[in-house]
Amino acid sequence: MKSGSNLERFLERGEFVVTGELGPPKGTDVDVVKEKAAMLKDSVDAVNITDNQSATVRMSSIAASKILIDEGLEPTMQMVARDRNRIAMMADLFGAAAFGIRNMLCLSGDHQVFGNHPEAKNVFDIDSIQMIHMVKTMRDEHKVICEDEIEGEFTMFIGAACNPFADPAWYRPHRLAKKVEAGVDFIQTQCIYDMNRFRAFMKHVVDMGLHEKCKILAGVTPLKSVGMARYMAANVSGIIIPDDMINRLRDAGKGKVAAEGIKILCEQMQELRDIEGVAGIHLMAIEWEHRVPEIMKMAGFLPRPTV
Amino acid sequence: MKEFEPRIIAFCCHYCALAAADVAGKMEFQFPPSVRVIRVLCTGKVEILHLLKALEAGADGVVVIGCKFGECYFREGNYRAQKKVERAKSLLEEVGIEQGRLRFDFVPGPGAKKFAAILSTMTEEVKALGPNPLRS
Amino acid sequence: MIVGERKPFSEILSMVEGYSKILILGCGSCVTVCMAGGEEEVRILGSQLRMAFRRNGNNAEVTELVALRQCDDEYMEDAPLLEKVKEADIVVSMACGVGVQHASTFFNRVIDDKTIRVVPALNTTFMGANIDVGEWHERCLGCGDCVLEKTGGICPITRCAKSLLNGPCGGSFNGKCEVNKDTDCAWHLIIERLDALGELDNLKALEMYKDWRPSHSGGPRKTVREDIRI
Repeated sequence: MKSGSNLERFLERGEFVVTGELGPPKGTDVDVVKEKAAMLKDSVDAVNITDNQSATVRMSSIAASKILIDEGLEPTMQMVARDRNRIAMMADLFGAAAFGIRNMLCLSGDHQVFGNHPEAKNVFDIDSIQMIHMVKTMRDEHKVICEDEIEGEFTMFIGAACNPFADPAWYRPHRLAKKVEAGVDFIQTQCIYDMNRFRAFMKHVVDMGLHEKCKILAGVTPLKSVGMARYMAANVSGIIIPDDMINRLRDAGKGKVAAEGIKILCEQMQELRDIEGVAGIHLMAIEWEHRVPEIMKMAGFLPRPTV
Repeated sequence: MKEFEPRIIAFCCHYCALAAADVAGKMEFQFPPSVRVIRVLCTGKVEILHLLKALEAGADGVVVIGCKFGECYFREGNYRAQKKVERAKSLLEEVGIEQGRLRFDFVPGPGAKKFAAILSTMTEEVKALGPNPLRS
Repeated sequence: MIVGERKPFSEILSMVEGYSKILILGCGSCVTVCMAGGEEEVRILGSQLRMAFRRNGNNAEVTELVALRQCDDEYMEDAPLLEKVKEADIVVSMACGVGVQHASTFFNRVIDDKTIRVVPALNTTFMGANIDVGEWHERCLGCGDCVLEKTGGICPITRCAKSLLNGPCGGSFNGKCEVNKDTDCAWHLIIERLDALGELDNLKALEMYKDWRPSHSGGPRKTVREDIRI
């Protein structure tokens, strides 16, 4: 066992895992975190806690992750390369491990120009792939980057992101291979809508044997409206939404689009279960956490496994 | 009180603009009296500094007249002149001098009628702005 | 070359407020090439200042000069120039940030009887190339440890908004950077170039954590050639 987290255990024993996501509040409101946690408890196996998502100041991922642990859930702490140098990262990782946080995600992070403090200086001391290597070194060699010994225990289940359709698309499996080589344990992809293209991507990944070296979770997000679909397809890198999916939403009729979006999502989740190399799903329903239990039930994914 | 006669400097290109001026003169078009014509080989030769200096020296208005786009003897001199005039306008705005005192225009060669019209319009507009604020 | 842009006029005007003998000093090197602080720009600024002063009833004198370079003593050791500097009560340097500072240091070293005030007319921005008429793009930020040999001659530290060293992030969109759709994704360019060179294998190896000590992060830097110092 690399960390002994539930996520790791379930993946090890071949369960098709489902992870969720939670965005901390833009302040100190612990109750908000607890409410969202309550909605997700027992519906997903672990919960990603975002780290200043979209470069917008929020309660830190490490703090919100600790709150989740206290509420009886398992967090996956996200860490971006934008705001911390290697010194601060390792320090936070020590703290995270001491708090009992066992899963983390190594990310580059959205550029600060997208956030509410675009004038801030960014860090980018190391990149996400170097971050994976750093955490692996800390865990397996018990050393920090400069090779000083770590005092005490340190374990972590190491995750990273993958955007299968970002440009250049043909290079993406190779980037995934690099993350595997750096030591990643699990991957969560950017949200998938175009199942055919994803299947082609996974075939390439499986041919390279990457699915055996790390566990790949397919990212999904319910589409709430045609507007949301169009916006994402036009503005977010790597999001490809097939026309017939958009048409389905549009044809659902006024007031019924969100429900159709959930239906599409459930169908997707079932399809993803059958794609070779896909070890689970990462369900991103930010600000829709209250619908997660119903989605999981409708998709036939309840009850969740227990340790 | 003596009526304000704007002193206009007209940078005219040797080709279309000066030909137009020539014909206009022969046809006895009425020119506003205090227009000073400065011949340049091509309006592309006019520098931003020339435009600023003209106003610094007390001209009430400056107009740069070149060939129609596509007809410049040097192909793109008139495009360059137009760009320089635009830049000069913002530099003038930085010092509180109205953008309306500076203008780029073109004539078909030899468009005598248009030439005269440009000058009289410019004179009218500058008259409305009043004398160059630097003159007091 | 070093690239900069002239500050807004209002900012320069407020710097010279209260001074009566203004020397505008241009530079004949980088800032002439990027059309920010050479002779033409000096004369334009001079004209603007005189016009602004006349409007405000200000009698300040404006003198215009250009030094070939302001980052090297030898190019400013010119008696007539130093006379003008002594006569002025403020020097508006149109050089890059290097020139402004060096001119200030130099003038204050060689002129004894007063302290020379030198202010910047430019915002110095980057080290870049003239990629097209009137257009300069940032190319190098002086990290002190050049990796261009590995990336086909395209710098990921400077041209990638996140200075990534192991390939593009997930925000690469149609070959453009997520930060600005007019900015090329550096890694997209690198991959294309390495592909053309037959060196895509360069990307397989993990590029390890960068040692930022040779960069500005390690503190202000200097280079000394002992072999030419006696």
